[in-house]
Amino acid sequence: MARTLFDKVWDAHVVERLPDGTCVLYIDRHLVHEVTSPQAFEGLRMAGRKLRRPDAHIAVVDHNVATSDRRLPIAEPESRLQVETLEANVAEFGMPYFPLLDERQGIVHIIGPEQGLSLPGMTIVCGDSHTSTHGAMGALAFGIGTSEVEHVMATQTLLQRPAKNFLVEVNGALPVGCTAKDIVLAIIGKIGTAGGTGYVIEYAGDTIRALDMAGRMTVCNMSIEGGARAGMIAPDHVTFDYVRGKPFAPKGEALDRAIAYWKTLPADAGAVYDKHLAIDATTLAPMVTWGTNPEAVIAITGTVPDPAAEADEGKRAQLARMCEYMALTPGQKIADLPIDVVFIGSCTNGRIEDIRAAAAIAKGRHVAPGVRALVVAGSGLVKAQAESEGLDKILLDAGFEWREPGCSMCLGMNPDKLTPGQRSASTSNRNFEGRQGPGGRTHLVSPAMAAAAAVTGRLVDVRELN
Amino acid sequence: MQPFTTLTGVAAPLPLANVDTDKIIPARFLKTIKRSGLGVHLFDTLRFDENGAERPEFVLNQEPYRHAEILIAHENFGCGSSREHAPWALLDFGIRCVIAPDFADIFHTNTFKNGILPIKLPREICDQLMDDAKLGGNARITVDLAAQEVVRPNGERIKFEIDPFRKHLLLNGLDDIGQTLQHTPAIDGYEARQRAEKSWMPDISVS
Ligand code: SF4
Repeated sequence: MARTLFDKVWDAHVVERLPDGTCVLYIDRHLVHEVTSPQAFEGLRMAGRKLRRPDAHIAVVDHNVATSDRRLPIAEPESRLQVETLEANVAEFGMPYFPLLDERQGIVHIIGPEQGLSLPGMTIVCGDSHTSTHGAMGALAFGIGTSEVEHVMATQTLLQRPAKNFLVEVNGALPVGCTAKDIVLAIIGKIGTAGGTGYVIEYAGDTIRALDMAGRMTVCNMSIEGGARAGMIAPDHVTFDYVRGKPFAPKGEALDRAIAYWKTLPADAGAVYDKHLAIDATTLAPMVTWGTNPEAVIAITGTVPDPAAEADEGKRAQLARMCEYMALTPGQKIADLPIDVVFIGSCTNGRIEDIRAAAAIAKGRHVAPGVRALVVAGSGLVKAQAESEGLDKILLDAGFEWREPGCSMCLGMNPDKLTPGQRSASTSNRNFEGRQGPGGRTHLVSPAMAAAAAVTGRLVDVRELN
Repeated sequence: MQPFTTLTGVAAPLPLANVDTDKIIPARFLKTIKRSGLGVHLFDTLRFDENGAERPEFVLNQEPYRHAEILIAHENFGCGSSREHAPWALLDFGIRCVIAPDFADIFHTNTFKNGILPIKLPREICDQLMDDAKLGGNARITVDLAAQEVVRPNGERIKFEIDPFRKHLLLNGLDDIGQTLQHTPAIDGYEARQRAEKSWMPDISVS
């Protein structure tokens, strides 16, 4: 039978199929961070269990770390305890770990592909919903809860049922000013935050093929915001070129054998998908979220929707609540809205390509008065690369802050936070109430759009600056 | 894990769709290394104002819902992050069952691992149960997992679907790691095959 990419990776990892259809699924790679792991290590300890396969895990600290001087201890006691707990746990259980002062430290979803630890055809999990990022490699990668983290540590497997297949095809040339971020925001706007629930999305079509790996990771990263547990893109020469030379990736003859296998992974002709969506990329515009979930998204040329036009009572109330929280009036144009903070970073847009895009806008301009603009590389290596290209200098000259790697202002767990009522243009992935700090108002955009907002002090169509 | 057999209790109506995990428990409360004690932060921003005072209009600040064991909500409950702190906070507050038209995938899995039963029922039925729940303390709802039934205060029985394997684990309070370890020989065999066939796959060691 003709199989999809997901079907093939799934089938290759089924250890056993139980009578009711639940599968014992083998997990090749497990990524670990400080927030969702302490209770799992504690569970192992209480049960007297060990890591089944220490060499399949990699741990790093990212969520709690300050993005200021790394040599200073973490000021906040609870954050420090979480980091110290991970350090004690990796030592006790023999888990590979990139410490805070290692240049390879960074956001867990940035370092996996960057180190060649996330490869095509693998099953990859992490106690973090944006594990979907690694699907850009042609891997089956999904987020799990802490109980499942413990399950993987103890057994190197998970108990899972297969997902359904959802094909999202994007075709056509991407208009000037539009990026992978705009593609995925447009997709979420179409399918809604629950449109992918129960599915693994495969992104295909010539627009997706034309994206570099950074763009593909941005798209797969936000699959979870459309409810899908994973997003995948079939591996091709772009993937293979990316993998080549990465520190942990296979080399020489081993790489040839790997590539021969990876070439068998794309869907067979005639493979059947349970759901389809087609997007015409030529109709896209730079996107911006106006509300408090990623489905509340419009083109930068658009206006805030009117809740009164919504037939369903629950949805009407939700839209009205979004307008209230975001301090927006129905019918208001989204462009020109003044912003206080710009955040460029996160596992969605913290790669070198994203920083280049921001620097291209920042060059020769200056951050608007009263605006705070942070640029946070996704890893120590991204930061070093940017510095070797002189991007830090361009950004600093333009009045941006150039900070140490971590999750930073993507979520309010470390010192980089919005204060109540502050409005941000952010390249991260969630605009939930309070996500970037209690009372903060988040507008999700691409890196170029965020940089444009920084230099104008308002939400602005990046095409006006080009 | 505490087994889940039958439960009769107060149900709190939460007529909201897309209740995300940041709403269930905001990120600033994830800095714990324990599973317990998170109930005080459940729905923090809905429950408390900026000064930490209770918002009287929020359902869980009202009697009898302070003692709710069942929560009834709208579509896509638990969307967002993978944080298991969300079910931990629900459980610590005393919620053992959530009824909604549908749930986000990771949250759905996480509830089972903590002895919380998520029940999917069509929106019309959730709305009926929501109306029952609004009647308060005299309108207790019963959940019978073995029979796969929700019993309304008027005695009407509503069937629900559940994955048989998860039902078995929940009814018996079984730890699924223990279950999986029974498959160790098969896992050993898989690993040996994989090492032979995909020897290109790198092991990690960090110096
Ligand atoms: S950058 Fe944001 S979304 Fe990504 S792992 Fe960190 S907190 Fe999660």
